[in-house]
Amino acid sequence: MTSVSVKDLRLSFGQVTVLDQLNLDIQEGEFLVLLGSSGCGKSTLLNCIAGLLDITDGQIFINGRNVTWDEPKDRGIGMVFQSYALYPQMTVEKNLSFGLKVAKLPQAEIDKRVKRAAEILQIGPLLKRKPSELSGGQRQRVAIGRALVRDVDVFLFDEPLSNLDAKLRSELRVEIKRLHQSLKNTMIYVTHDQIEALTLADRIAIMKGGVIQQLADPNTIYNAPKNMFVAGFIGSPSMNFLKGEIAAAVDGKPVFVAEGVTFSLDGYRTGEPLLPGRRVVLGVRPEHVKVDEPGVAAAERHEAVVDIEEPMGADNLLWLKNAGHTMAVRTAGSRRFSPGTKVRLSFDMSLASLFDAATEERI
Amino acid sequence: MSSNARAGRPSRLTRNLSAKIASVPMMLTAVVIFLGGTVWTVVYSFTSSKLLPRLKFVGLDQYERLWSTPRWLVSIENLAIYGIFSLVFSLVIGFVLAALMDQKIRFENTFRTIFLYPFALSFIVTGLVWQWLLNPEHGIQSAVRAMGWAGFDFDPLYNSSIVIYGILIAALWQGTGLVMCLMLAGLRGIDEDIWKASRVDGIPMWKTYLFVVIPMMRPVFVTTLVIIASGIVRVYDLVVAQTSGGPGIASEVPAKYVYDYMFQAQNLGQGFAASTMMLITVAIIIVPWAYLEFGGGRKRV
Amino acid sequence: MSDRGHLKKTNLAATAPASITTAGPMTGLADGPRGAKPRRMLSTRTVIVYGTLFVAAAYYLLPLYVMIVTSLKGMPEIRLGNIFAPPLEVTFEPWVKAWSSACTGLNCDGLSRGFWNSVLITVPSTVVSIAIASVNGYALSNWRFKGADAFFTILVVGAFIPYQVMIYPIVIILREIGLYGSLYGLIIVHTIFGMPILTLLFRNYFAGLPEELFKAARVDGAGFWGIYFKIMVPMSLPIFVVAMILQVTGIWNDFLMGVVFTRPEYYPMTVQLNNIVNSVQGVKEYNVNMAATILTGAVPLLVYFVSGRLFVRGIAAGAVKG
Repeated sequence: MTSVSVKDLRLSFGQVTVLDQLNLDIQEGEFLVLLGSSGCGKSTLLNCIAGLLDITDGQIFINGRNVTWDEPKDRGIGMVFQSYALYPQMTVEKNLSFGLKVAKLPQAEIDKRVKRAAEILQIGPLLKRKPSELSGGQRQRVAIGRALVRDVDVFLFDEPLSNLDAKLRSELRVEIKRLHQSLKNTMIYVTHDQIEALTLADRIAIMKGGVIQQLADPNTIYNAPKNMFVAGFIGSPSMNFLKGEIAAAVDGKPVFVAEGVTFSLDGYRTGEPLLPGRRVVLGVRPEHVKVDEPGVAAAERHEAVVDIEEPMGADNLLWLKNAGHTMAVRTAGSRRFSPGTKVRLSFDMSLASLFDAATEERI
Repeated sequence: MSSNARAGRPSRLTRNLSAKIASVPMMLTAVVIFLGGTVWTVVYSFTSSKLLPRLKFVGLDQYERLWSTPRWLVSIENLAIYGIFSLVFSLVIGFVLAALMDQKIRFENTFRTIFLYPFALSFIVTGLVWQWLLNPEHGIQSAVRAMGWAGFDFDPLYNSSIVIYGILIAALWQGTGLVMCLMLAGLRGIDEDIWKASRVDGIPMWKTYLFVVIPMMRPVFVTTLVIIASGIVRVYDLVVAQTSGGPGIASEVPAKYVYDYMFQAQNLGQGFAASTMMLITVAIIIVPWAYLEFGGGRKRV
Repeated sequence: MSDRGHLKKTNLAATAPASITTAGPMTGLADGPRGAKPRRMLSTRTVIVYGTLFVAAAYYLLPLYVMIVTSLKGMPEIRLGNIFAPPLEVTFEPWVKAWSSACTGLNCDGLSRGFWNSVLITVPSTVVSIAIASVNGYALSNWRFKGADAFFTILVVGAFIPYQVMIYPIVIILREIGLYGSLYGLIIVHTIFGMPILTLLFRNYFAGLPEELFKAARVDGAGFWGIYFKIMVPMSLPIFVVAMILQVTGIWNDFLMGVVFTRPEYYPMTVQLNNIVNSVQGVKEYNVNMAATILTGAVPLLVYFVSGRLFVRGIAAGAVKG
């Protein structure tokens, strides 16, 4: 069943339209991540769903109820903010119970819910403290707790981990995932961090310029990006792009030709016919480039020179130079290359992506 | 899923209703008093109102009479002298004091307290203290003469040609502390690295102040200037307390002219015309500033 | 005179003298300056800096000193003596007279009446003006509605309009609603003229609070007043104190509004002080005048000395009020 549904949403401030014709359906119990760089409209969309921004046109449904004109408190949502947004003058306990008191719930019920949230998040010992006496990680737990006590079906997270340092971030990331697995609530999670998106999401919506570029599960997003933006945005270092065109090999099969080197497209799966002469961009992720792979036809080898080597422990990242452009390659950490070494490259076409040079859409 | 499950959209008027109700005093003040009151006064400055305001228009009569009244001309002249000197001196003294305070001195808080306390006092208190200090029979003049300098003359409050400077001294005593504070805040806002860089480059300190720091503090100077200037136009209590406009009419100022004509001479039309002139003076100061700050000036770095 | 840095460096040098003394005569690169750079105790720069500061401080303190010594002298001593000389014979009679029996020309019950009038004016005016302005600032920063900014712009521009331009229309309005000459009328006037700067102060402060707090409170279901009283006010006590300092000193020191909008029996202290000192009748009693002047300045001075840095913050914000 659909849990949250956004239909033809439009939001404009005066002359400026921020979101236009936006549609999004989120299934019950789904963990959806809105991913994009700052200013792409992801937080704006979340604020619209929360009711913190009045939309210009369109509709928003939560659990089958039209909440387009409802106040945030009536939408059945809980929200966690980047800056935690804990009320500084209240203790943790009061922070958790404030919304319930406003809603005039009986005290026994309030106590029960606060106790349960404190148990789930292991913040019981902190209940009497003020937010200023908590560490960043503890504050964010309390902020999650505040959403938890509301006993709602939909959780909204607005970059909840961005203010934390790297170690805490990965810890809380795991905890949020565990929370989702045990509560099975619908969660909408805004972030600019692709690792968070890939690790947490059931589905990721990648946004740019107020438009959802691709909405799919992490695996599809990573391996079959819909366009060059998504391909370049996800993955670090970014996907390598090679400009070239489709040609016909002697046997009639299509091949990719760039700077005089020919690559067989045998492994590439697509529904479209690959017509010779079409200008395309080949995208290959750094880990899908093979270095000095034995048994590859000489014609399909791309020559390059090692420019910089970045050993990263498990991996070894090479920056290669070839005819003026740079290419990133990930190899096993055990293979070492000194700068200036000449290497031969080949690509795993079954994992590569082809984009139309003009539309930048995947072929 | 019905698209219209909930009752009607909240209307434009009732959205944020509490906020609107809570803002009623502000709206009334802004529209009725600030806007309405100003327009009202300007409109009635073109009437022949005497004891009571009445809408009998006489064109620019009140302004012609105003500009041919010696007392108004003296007031304007005084305001000009007082204004220019008080601007220059408070900026210079305020900046110099601030620069001295910025030399990592000891007792900074004590000095700041001393320089600023007069600002906590009213103009009435300020005027009366300086009236006493400048009293020729018992004040500074007599003290200096008693020390043996018999020919020492310093009686600004009893000498029509220099009385405005007597008021200026009191005003500077009261107000420079504030300028110092604003300037000091500006100086503290300047990147420490600027000082390090100029020290490494071997630029003398006074040159750094003159050619690097002061240009960087342009916004602070402009704000301070506007603050001082709009205070100058309003100067009233100080004159009332220190000289009551005397000797004769030698220390009259426009704000006092307005008050006297409105509430004592029962000549409202003159009061309105004079206050409209004050409004114009302020506009001449404020409009270019507002334009620079919020208008075309945005492009500057 | 030297700064702390100098003292610190001397100490450091003193802790490690052994290496210097045992090194013996040296030649070549090892020779030359070593250790802390010697500093003259009285460089020309220090003399100029502190010299100027002390002269300036004397200029600022002189009037306060003269006020105090004059108020403690008897009239004969004032007539004969030097204005700067300390009192030969200290008397508190001028203070008593200034407080309880100095004449204003109308009556002779001293400044005490003006003091209590000022209290009656300042306390409610401060409370009302801050209450209204803080709600304004809150509405403007968190509940922006259409047209709100226009009202605010008029208000801020209005802060620069000379009071003289708006006084008479206010007189008429107050007369129409029957409050002209009363304390209530004056409270309204102070609320009106304090509104621009206070609204600006509160608006900027509230706008500086994290917006997410406001959003969180809305998700929690709190409304306009709930968020104001439960979230905003408890978080903003410092700015309320700043506003209070600003209003107490400003209203206490006011003269023009007191003269225009009240009847003589409600005249605030400043007006009464001026009437006492500048009264043309009788012999001038300079000692009583100075005692009265100090008494009138005492409240804002007290606020100033107690509040310290907050006062600086308040006037920096309130400077526009002039």
